[in-house]
Amino acid sequence: MQNSPDPALPLLEVRGISKSFGAVRALQEVDFTLRAGEIHALLGENGAGKSTLIKVVTGVFPRDAGIVRIGGEEVAPRSAKAALAAGIATVYQEVNLLPNLSVAQNLFLDRQPMRFGIVREGEMRRRAKALLAEFGLDIDVAAPLSSYSVAVQHVTAIARAVDLSARVLILDEPTASLDRHEVEILFGIMRQLAKRGIGIVFVSHFLDQVYEISDRITVLRNGRLVGERETASLPRLELIRLMLGRELAETTSARASVGEHKVREICASFENYGKAGYVAPFNLELRHGEVVGLAGLLGSGRTETARLVFGAERADGGKARVEGAPVRLQSPRDGVRHGFGYCPEERKTDGIVAELTVRENIVLALQAKRGLHRPLSRREQDELARRYVKMLDIRPPDPERPVGLLSGGNQQKVLLARWLATSPRLLVLDEPTRGIDVGAHAEIIRLIRELCDDGLSLLVISSELDEIVTYSDRVVVLRDRAHIEELAGEAIDVGNILAAIAADSVAVALEAHT
Amino acid sequence: MRGLPPALITAIVLVAGFAACAVQFPNIASTRVVGNLLTDNAFLGIVAAGMTFVIISGGIDLSVGSVIGFTTVFVALAIERWGMPPLVAFVVVIALSAAFGAAMGAVIHVFDLPPFIVTLAGMFLARGASFLLSTESIPITAPIYSNVSDFALRLPGGGRLTAIAIIMLAIVIGGALLLHLTRFGANVYALGGSRTTASLMGVAVGKMTVKIYMLSGLLAGIAGIVFSFYTSAGYSLSAVGVELDTIAAVVIGGTLLTGGQGSVIGTFLGVLIQGLIQTYINFDGTQSSWWTKIATGILLFAFIALQQGLVALARRPLAKSAGAAT
Repeated sequence: MQNSPDPALPLLEVRGISKSFGAVRALQEVDFTLRAGEIHALLGENGAGKSTLIKVVTGVFPRDAGIVRIGGEEVAPRSAKAALAAGIATVYQEVNLLPNLSVAQNLFLDRQPMRFGIVREGEMRRRAKALLAEFGLDIDVAAPLSSYSVAVQHVTAIARAVDLSARVLILDEPTASLDRHEVEILFGIMRQLAKRGIGIVFVSHFLDQVYEISDRITVLRNGRLVGERETASLPRLELIRLMLGRELAETTSARASVGEHKVREICASFENYGKAGYVAPFNLELRHGEVVGLAGLLGSGRTETARLVFGAERADGGKARVEGAPVRLQSPRDGVRHGFGYCPEERKTDGIVAELTVRENIVLALQAKRGLHRPLSRREQDELARRYVKMLDIRPPDPERPVGLLSGGNQQKVLLARWLATSPRLLVLDEPTRGIDVGAHAEIIRLIRELCDDGLSLLVISSELDEIVTYSDRVVVLRDRAHIEELAGEAIDVGNILAAIAADSVAVALEAHT
Repeated sequence: MRGLPPALITAIVLVAGFAACAVQFPNIASTRVVGNLLTDNAFLGIVAAGMTFVIISGGIDLSVGSVIGFTTVFVALAIERWGMPPLVAFVVVIALSAAFGAAMGAVIHVFDLPPFIVTLAGMFLARGASFLLSTESIPITAPIYSNVSDFALRLPGGGRLTAIAIIMLAIVIGGALLLHLTRFGANVYALGGSRTTASLMGVAVGKMTVKIYMLSGLLAGIAGIVFSFYTSAGYSLSAVGVELDTIAAVVIGGTLLTGGQGSVIGTFLGVLIQGLIQTYINFDGTQSSWWTKIATGILLFAFIALQQGLVALARRPLAKSAGAAT
């Protein structure tokens, strides 16, 4: 039915796609081009807009602007089903199949071979077996999908997509839960499919794998297209620079704003602190009035470190001290008791309570700390809310407005205020500037510096290297779930951080797999 | 097939229970008792078959007891007061209850409401409607009722397989075929696995939801007619609480209350287990009939615990790789 695609035309063309969620601009004028038979890596840090781009192209989210063409023809799918009909299939990391159905039913759901209104079970199994054989899989297709490994489930999902005559196959973090051997199998299948002329979009944060499999790389950052390059001509350092920061020359000057070093008292220290399979044991000292930045790629162990420090995750070894005294941090309650605060990355899901007002959100943590039998009076609450709304310049300055109606930057400030109200000694901020527009961005950074000048100790995670460089007194660089380097003073600049992240990561990755 | 292992356990419990009863009261092991068991529980078997589809699809239908009550009153009034030919009354009431179920399914899908709430509203609505029609018990004297009651297949050993028992068996077999052999059946399981995923895979989730609740309503209507045959009357207070007996039968039959797994045959066995307990208590004569409820309750607990165990076992091989994904 379909004409074979004109080789001169790209298979999938995305032009000028924009998408906002409320005040947050998730995608701005993004272009993306996929040629037939190529494996194209789509890269970017968390929140760069990869998932949003995929969801907009496949019609899961409606788009605000831009066009999508397949084989030169404009398409505007309104649902994943319509996208599939247009020839775009997506396989997510969380396999979107039905674990309770048999493998065969999963492959042929809603298009089973029928006779007289009855599913021809035998025929369906025979076809399922034949289809999976093409992908080098020989399994009992009558068994429920859940009885197989994630790798088999992935291959099943890909087989289904390809069998549904997909021309564009989007694989979103397909290798995240596969072991090395399974990854090889998957890559074999991907190469085979590419040979058949299918265009494959490969989303992954494993750079080694990207270099191994992809022909071309597109990098997004903060919802914008940063560049499209051929993999072969893009050195790793250059790629990481594209993903994490601006050109070196632009950022080196920004360091000046950090104040002179004084010897400061230790607020909390961690010795050989770690958890097997989570973060390798690390040593970390956090001092009063000091900002420590955590830098590294997605999945390098930044958030994991923060969660261990706060007590949201239990360490299985090492010592923690607060003001010199040994402490046990086994739950977030412990963290709060010792004067720690934690602003998580996912504001919407882990942080703010959108339905409650600014005032209610601000007093939450303090009330929890005091316990239910010592309620804050309404007067005290109003007082607190007024103080922090003024101090952090929360807008609009209305303590009785539901937080859900505020912009991302102001929500972040409310979250900050919540922890500041508990007068913490240590505050952990995970991606405090994520999804915040440029103006609010600078303000949050200014706030971070100010808080620290008041003697607070801050541990900040950010994917924006130039930002980390701006406010950090020390920077801990992470890679593959281990702390690999600590930079201080003059040594802190984007180039050094990038070099630390990129340094022999191949060797390390190989080690991790053996 | 899928769901057979739990249903097999139900079958073993049924056979063991039956054997134990037969040891104490040898008379239980007769076609007469078994025939009565099927007749007494015919309406329950029919409505439970429909409930099985609903629960496997991840829903629940609390309205079925009220729909049965409404049906008996409507049929009695239509035949006795409004002079409607019985067959016409049956067709009308089945159409009404199917439409009622379809409407609930549509509300669940369109407004994305929990089935529990929607069908709870349906339960009050249907019960209220039957009170509106009549608050008294209306005897049905139409000749078709005595004819149907008299009709029975003779079983060896003096048992009788009555018309309503035959209807129930036919619906159970038909339901099992529909669930296991058709695209509709596969989609019911798909919905129970995950509505979102099923929709992404191309299942018309909205249509399916409407059809599933329509089927449940339709079978509740048929169960109501069968119930009116059984009691030869229409009464707005009949079948109160039957939705809960039905859900119990479905769960004892090995269907996962969270959806995605189960079988009609298992449900049928679950109905028979409940009937067996009742029969045992009738034979014993000294126990209060409430012991049926207590025994059913204990069985329910046992089966839910068993299912949780099986589910945990099924998930185990995946736990390792799931941990690596964080």
